Amino acid sequence: MQGPSVAWYLGVAAALFSIGALGVLLRRSPLIVLLSLEIMLNGGNLALIAFARHNGEASGQVFAIAVMAVAASEVVVGLGLIVAMSRRKLALDVDRMNELRG
Amino acid sequence: MGNVVVWIVWVGAAFACLSSAIAVVTFRNPFYSALALIGNLGSLAVLYLLLSAEFVAAAQVLVYAGAVMVMFLFVIAYVGSEGDAPLAGGPSWQAIGSVTAAGAILVEVIVAIGVTAHGKLSHSPHVHAYFGGPSQIGRLFLTNHLLAFEVTSIVLLAAAVGGVVLGHHSRRVDAGA
Repeated sequence: MQGPSVAWYLGVAAALFSIGALGVLLRRSPLIVLLSLEIMLNGGNLALIAFARHNGEASGQVFAIAVMAVAASEVVVGLGLIVAMSRRKLALDVDRMNELRG
Repeated sequence: MGNVVVWIVWVGAAFACLSSAIAVVTFRNPFYSALALIGNLGSLAVLYLLLSAEFVAAAQVLVYAGAVMVMFLFVIAYVGSEGDAPLAGGPSWQAIGSVTAAGAILVEVIVAIGVTAHGKLSHSPHVHAYFGGPSQIGRLFLTNHLLAFEVTSIVLLAAAVGGVVLGHHSRRVDAGA
């Protein structure tokens, strides 16, 4: 394998995952929380594909495509929730969404 | 010679990937964050190509950077792009705690990789030219991973139904209000 070894890719994947986790914990806008979740999922995908290359077995790439499908579904539901919040004139702030009632 | 080119491309893609991820988290306006995420997904696709995952890289650009991000930008334009300033007004306890937690996750993962790797990650096998191509991925989806393929369709159906239900519910509230 030319270029960097799999460990370098895993380092990038770990950094992406922790940057995404930072965004999920730090930001209050639900839109940016969703974007940060995408970064976390992509960190996991990069690790899956790096291990697929390392083992010479393409099943990891199949898992990565399944993760992409789940991420797309999550975006659909999350954006639906955000649009519903905005139509009810609720503040787009996850810290203020602290009750389940109506 | 080819090795040096691969290293240069890798360093550029990894740097673009991490810096655009940091930009997503730190930009105030969600619109700019979404644009930075498109750059992040594009540079990740370059890393996938270096790992000889051609089909996943193409799907990443088409599905993620294309379809999903267009949907994101539409919703941001719809609800308005009022953002929050993550680090305005000095560091709060929440900011300190989340930076600490994210740093702890990073250190933990890197230590776990370093402890378990023992140099086993340095040599990857040589793969065929069709590794990661559409034919191999398609064959795996229809043989070894058929159940995952079918379950994925159920997940997508559930997400579509969920999107319709959420949109319908908020419309009824609008009419009643």
